[in-house]
Amino acid sequence: MSAISPPAERIWWKAPIDKLEFTWIAIALVWSLTMFTMMVYWHIAGGQNLSNETYKTTKEMFAAKAQAVVDKYTVRTETDQQIPVVKPPAGSDIYLIGRLWAWWPIYELEKGKAYKLHLSAMDYMHGFSLQPQNINIQVHPNYEHVVKITPNQLGTYSIVCNEYCGIGHHTMVGRIYVK
Amino acid sequence: MATTYRICPRSGLQFDTAAEKLMRWNAVAGVLALLLGGIMALGVVLTRWPAVHLLPADQFYLALTSHGINMLLFWIIFFEMAVLYFASSTLLHCRLATPKIAWLGFILMAIGAIMANVAVFQGESSVMFTSYVPMQAKPHFYLGLILFAVGALLGCFVFLGTLVVAKAEKTYEGSIPLVTFGALTAAIIAIFTIASGAIILIPTFLWSVGYIREIDTIMYRVVWWAMGHSSQQINVSAHVAIWYAGAAIVFGAKPMSEKVSRTAFLLYILFLQLASAHHLLSDPGVGSEWKVVNTSYFMYFAVLASMIHGMTIPGAIEQAQRAKGYNKGLFEWLRKAPWGNPAFSAIFLSLVGFGFLGGISGVMMGTEQLNLLIHNTIYVPGHFHATVVIGTTLAFMGLTYFLVPVLFKREVLFPGFAKLQPYLFGLAMYVVALVMMGAGTLGVSRRHWDMAFAGSPMAYEWPGAAYLMMGLTGIAGVVAIIGGGGWILQIVFSLLFGKKLDDGETRSTPIPLTLPPQTGAHAAHIGTPGTMVLALVFLVSFILYYFVNWKYLSSLWGMA
Repeated sequence: MSAISPPAERIWWKAPIDKLEFTWIAIALVWSLTMFTMMVYWHIAGGQNLSNETYKTTKEMFAAKAQAVVDKYTVRTETDQQIPVVKPPAGSDIYLIGRLWAWWPIYELEKGKAYKLHLSAMDYMHGFSLQPQNINIQVHPNYEHVVKITPNQLGTYSIVCNEYCGIGHHTMVGRIYVK
Repeated sequence: MATTYRICPRSGLQFDTAAEKLMRWNAVAGVLALLLGGIMALGVVLTRWPAVHLLPADQFYLALTSHGINMLLFWIIFFEMAVLYFASSTLLHCRLATPKIAWLGFILMAIGAIMANVAVFQGESSVMFTSYVPMQAKPHFYLGLILFAVGALLGCFVFLGTLVVAKAEKTYEGSIPLVTFGALTAAIIAIFTIASGAIILIPTFLWSVGYIREIDTIMYRVVWWAMGHSSQQINVSAHVAIWYAGAAIVFGAKPMSEKVSRTAFLLYILFLQLASAHHLLSDPGVGSEWKVVNTSYFMYFAVLASMIHGMTIPGAIEQAQRAKGYNKGLFEWLRKAPWGNPAFSAIFLSLVGFGFLGGISGVMMGTEQLNLLIHNTIYVPGHFHATVVIGTTLAFMGLTYFLVPVLFKREVLFPGFAKLQPYLFGLAMYVVALVMMGAGTLGVSRRHWDMAFAGSPMAYEWPGAAYLMMGLTGIAGVVAIIGGGGWILQIVFSLLFGKKLDDGETRSTPIPLTLPPQTGAHAAHIGTPGTMVLALVFLVSFILYYFVNWKYLSSLWGMA
C-alpha cells in the first residue's frame, strides 16, 4: 500500500513517527523560527531596512516638488539633454522622478550624510535599481515613497530601470554621484 | 451513456473511460502550450545572450509575454487538470463527477488560452505575464485569461465532486491516498488563486474597455500576486504529490508517515498563499509588519512543510530500497536506484533541484530586507526556473513517461533518448537557474532587452562577469530547449506512431478499493540514515547561503 492507495492502516494518525524523521522536523522548525527572528532582529539592529513612509500624491504635485529642489540647488547640467545635476545640502529632502524613459534629475551627494529620497513615477511603474550597489525598489505612480539613504562609499552610481516600462525601457538609466 | 471502466493491464490502474479521455485532452493541450512557450523561450534566450541579441525590442517583449503566459499558466494548469482527474477518479476507482461540466471547463480553458495568445501576437498586448497597470493590454488579453480561469475553476469543482461521489458510493475504504490528498491541497489553493485572479482581472478588463477610470497600482500588485504567486503554489502541491506518486509507482514506496506527510500538506493549505507578499517586499505602501508575517508564511511554516516533504520522499525511497536488500553503507539504495528510468530520474532531479536551487534561493529572496538585493533582477526568473521548470515541468515530464503506455496505450518511441532526456533538460536547467541567479546577484535586470543600454545617454556598464553569466544563460538555455523540444517530439511521435498497446479489460462496474485486514501490528521498522545525511547537507548549504546574503546586505548604503 503506497502513496497512491489509501493508507493500509485505517487509524494512520496513531502510527509512530520515525526517530530521524522527527529529528529532522525539529531541526527544520528551529531553522524556520531562526529565519523569522532574523527579519525582526534586522529591524531593530540592522542598517538596511526599507522605509514604510509613503504618501498618496499626484503627478503634478510630485513634479512641482522635484522642480523646486532642482531650481534651488542645480550646479551644472550634463549630457546633450541638459539634465540638471543637483547638489542638495546634507540631510535634505530630494526628489527623484521616474518617467518614460529617464530618471530625473542627477544628484550629487556627500558620503556618510543622510538624505530623504522621495521616489515616484509619472506614468507606468518603474524600478529603481542602484548599481553597482544592487539596491532595488519598486516605484509607483501616484505614491510618494520616502526612503532615508546614507551613501557609504564614494563613486558614480547608475540607476537602472528594472520594471518593464515599454519599448524604450532599456534606455532608462539615471545617475547619482557620491563625493 | 453508461460509465465504463478500463483496467490498464500494465499498471493495474482503473480508468473511468470518460475521465481518461479528459485527461488525454488536457495533457495534450498542455503540451501544445509548452511547445509554443518553448519556441518563445528560444527567442527570449537568444536575445538575452548578449553576443547573439537576436530579436528587436518589440518582438522580444512580445515573445517574453507569450513565454510567460503559456508556460506559467496554460501548460501547467492544463496538465494539472489531468492530474486532478487522475488523482480523484483513477486513484479512488470512481466515476468522474459530471464529465460534461469537465468538458465545458476544458473548452473554456482552450478558448481563453487561444484568445490571450491571439491578443499577444497581434502585438499590442506585450504587457508581460504580470500585466501591471497602468500599462494596458487589449481587452481580449484579459478576457482570455478570465475565461481560462473560469474553465480551470470548473475543473477544480469536478475534482471535488468526484471526491464526494467516491465517498458516497464507497469506492474506497479508509482515507483517500496521500497523492489524492496532495491533489486536494492543490485544488483548494487553485480555487483561492482563481478567485483572486477574478477579483483583479475583471476590473482590469472593465478598465481596458473604458468602464473604470483607474486601477490603483499597489492594489493591483497586492491582489494580482494573490493569483500570480498562488498559481505557483498549486504547482508546488501538485508536483510534490507527483513526487510521492513517482516514489510509489517506481519503488512501491510507502510514505514514511502518513501523519507527517498529510500534516505537511495541511501546512501548505494554511500558509502557502501568504507568499504572495514576496512580490511586494520592495514596494511602498505596504507596512513592514505585514511584510514580515506574510512573506515568512507566518513563521516559515510552509518552508517547514517543504523541508518535511524533501526528507520524507527520499526517505520513503530509501526504506523501499533497503527492504529490497540494498542495505550496504549509507547510499547503496541510491546508487542502485533505476537511474535509466526517466520516470525516476526526472523526479529525483526535480526534487533535488527544487530544494537546493529553488528552495534556498526562494527563502533568501523572500526575506524582507534581503529582497532589496534581488527585486526585479534576473535572479527572480533564475529562482522560478528552478521551482517551476525543474520542480514542476520536469516532474510532469517524468510522470508523462509513465502515462504514455498507461493512459495513451502507446509504447514510448526512442527509449534511448528517454533515458537521457531528464538529464539533458534537467541539468541544463540547473545551469540556467544558477547563472541567472549569478547575473542577478550582480544586478542584471529581468525583462530587459539590452544590457548594453543602446541609445541611453548615461549607459551603465555591467561587470564582465555579468556578461559571462548572461552568455552562459544563452548557451544552457538553448541546451535546455533542445532537451525540452526533444521531449515534446518524443511524446508526440509516441502518441502518433508508437506501438499500440492493448486496452485491457473494460467493465461496467468499478472494482472498489479494499483495505487488508487490520492487525494493529506495525511492519518492521527501517531507518533512513542516508536521507538524513543528504538532508543535513541541504541544511548546511541553506544556512551558509542565507547568512552570506545578510553579510552582503550589511555592506550596502544605510537605509531606514
